[in-house]
Amino acid sequence: MDGNFISHLLSASLPPGFPFWGLALLAAFLGALCVVGFVSILALVSVWLERKIAGHIQARLGPMRTGGWHGWSQTLADAIKLLTKEDVILRGADPVLFRLAPALVMGSALAMFAVLPFAPGVQFADIDLGVYFLLAVASLTTIGVIMAGWGSNNKWSLYGAMREAAQATSYEIPLALSLIPPILHFGTFSLLSATEQQSGWGGMQWYIFSDAFWVAIPSFFLFFTAALAENKRAPFDLPESESELVAGFHTEYSGLRFAFFFLEEYAAMFAASAVATAYWLGGWNFPGMTFLSTGSLWLPILGALAFLLKAMFLVCVMIWIRWTLPRLRIDQVMTLGWKYLTPLALGIMVAAAGWEAWRASL
Amino acid sequence: MGLTPSFAQAPGSEVEVAVPTQDCSINMGPQHPATHGVMRLLLKADGEVLTGAQAHLGYLHRCAEKIGENVDWTQYLPYTDRYDYLSAMNNNLGYSLAVEKLMGLEVPERAQWMRVLLAELNRIASHLFAVGTYGLDLGAFTPLFYTLREREEILDLFQEICGARLTCTFIRPGGLFNDAPEGWLEKVESFLCRFEERWKEYDALLLRNKIFIERTAGIGTLSGNDAVTWGVTGPLLRASGVDWDLRRDQPYLVYDQLDFEVPLGVGRQGEVGDCWDRTEVRMSEMLASLSMIRQCLDKMPDGAIQHPDAGPVLRPAPGRAYVGVENPRGELGHWLVSDGTKHPVRVRMRSPSFCNLSVVEHLLPGAMLGDAAAILGSIDIVVGETDR
Repeated sequence: MDGNFISHLLSASLPPGFPFWGLALLAAFLGALCVVGFVSILALVSVWLERKIAGHIQARLGPMRTGGWHGWSQTLADAIKLLTKEDVILRGADPVLFRLAPALVMGSALAMFAVLPFAPGVQFADIDLGVYFLLAVASLTTIGVIMAGWGSNNKWSLYGAMREAAQATSYEIPLALSLIPPILHFGTFSLLSATEQQSGWGGMQWYIFSDAFWVAIPSFFLFFTAALAENKRAPFDLPESESELVAGFHTEYSGLRFAFFFLEEYAAMFAASAVATAYWLGGWNFPGMTFLSTGSLWLPILGALAFLLKAMFLVCVMIWIRWTLPRLRIDQVMTLGWKYLTPLALGIMVAAAGWEAWRASL
Repeated sequence: MGLTPSFAQAPGSEVEVAVPTQDCSINMGPQHPATHGVMRLLLKADGEVLTGAQAHLGYLHRCAEKIGENVDWTQYLPYTDRYDYLSAMNNNLGYSLAVEKLMGLEVPERAQWMRVLLAELNRIASHLFAVGTYGLDLGAFTPLFYTLREREEILDLFQEICGARLTCTFIRPGGLFNDAPEGWLEKVESFLCRFEERWKEYDALLLRNKIFIERTAGIGTLSGNDAVTWGVTGPLLRASGVDWDLRRDQPYLVYDQLDFEVPLGVGRQGEVGDCWDRTEVRMSEMLASLSMIRQCLDKMPDGAIQHPDAGPVLRPAPGRAYVGVENPRGELGHWLVSDGTKHPVRVRMRSPSFCNLSVVEHLLPGAMLGDAAAILGSIDIVVGETDR
């Protein structure tokens, strides 16, 4: 039952004769429910944050009325609106691809949350190849987007899908390569183990502050840039670039199917920020945590808070970038990916490997 | 068509497969965020590279010229507000000057200075909108909100002086509708001070932004010769390095008493006449307008604002007149024919957006799909004016 805290909880409370497979099924079901709930709340909060931050960047207030305090329930109202909207499928659309695409996109976004270590003892599955799994699942989104663009029977959508295909496959390379320095440093693909290795009373064990900081910092920025492109966030939002492609691959989507694409964007933003947090920014570790006793209930609570704060900070930086910068052109995006980021990532990887080898030889 | 490759060939032998490809025709508009209104561009694209473009107009056609033959001279004035709805004062001015030329009126001096002031204020408002929406076309949302904030202040000033924000109908044949209320000129002065500071923000946020430069420098280059051939006017023409500004070269009102610079495109980031130059010319024109307004405020004489002969019903002498004025988007010309009655026989305008738009068919082929928005935005059309 390695690392799955739900099955731990269940096995303690269920009768002793309960079959193993039933326990596993129940745990998986409850885990999925938790993830869906968490992601939905996360997306609601992130969309509200995005609107407020965008508003304040743009010398206005953003939502202020719905729900009273600073329009906190604006996104809730929007979610209800999306749920009640008519589900339109064009006559010429490919019915199977069109329906399948949002599900695939949403499913892959949810699956990413299975391996994120939120707090000590709070992780759905600690896979040995955790980050590898995460990258693999994240690239399923691309397939979903291509299906959506192809199935929509709309040329703008098709353009968006083809851009996504080109962009996402190019940026997966620097994204994966930029993860190699922390993987080498911690010697593990598991996000949990990497986080545990960064614990300490002052936070100086975080990878970005460690003795390998001179490769950690560039690889962090590299990862962040590549993650922006991978998640179709500005200035790399070409698959859905509003002023060029209307809304790109999700032009023809409405209602809940559109909401899935929308939710996926925020889920993927958070997942990318969470990986950056777990590998570079110490995960759930926060200064002073060693003063708490290991069994303390405060540890998972404060740990989860620290993890969420760090990840949400990175999400806010993504929002900040989106509302500041113009959009690149598709050939410039490809140039940046192949001619600059990929060689840079290779260089950093070699430097990190050399440093770790030298450190190991001491 | 129907060519199937033969896979039974011996290994190593040449297999030639003619794969028939076809350019993709894409309909950009009439409902598209980058067309700034209801305009349709029919694009031909080979992948991301455009191979052809054709503009289809008429979605906003409101018979503006024909209406002119059915209303009297003064009644036509509100229609002029509505063709380039971002620069109503300049349109009013163009029409009024043409009617005054028919009537042989010389408007009082204070009215002339006020007209220049209002026209330049509206030019700033129009350019603010142009630069802001251009950022939007390139994916930068935020500059628009900043530029709209300043445009809002100008619209507030207009509201105070004439009661309307966009459709002013303020400058009219014979002078002005009203004199400026008490303290209005001081408000203009204080706005100019604020604007001067904020102008620097846009310059840093948009024009000096690396991504903005990458997206606009060397894109949609229009040579000076081509610009003249296509009948392009206004900031587009000057960005291509052609030194032509009606305010200086065919001065009307009191422009010959003002000291101002005509900014030209110099190709600082790429080539002369590219999208960056056009934006930069608009930005510099705002500063030039600012200095003109300051001079107007300094030299504003007292006196009447309406010619006593210009009453509510006008009967210009039989004849015809053409007057071109420098609008924010280029030369707005009015060609008026009168038979001496209170109704015009013909009202015809040369609208700058229409002539400038014709150049997209020349600029777009060879550019990329993402550049379509950049080039179209840099031309800065107002569909109300292309279709009239």
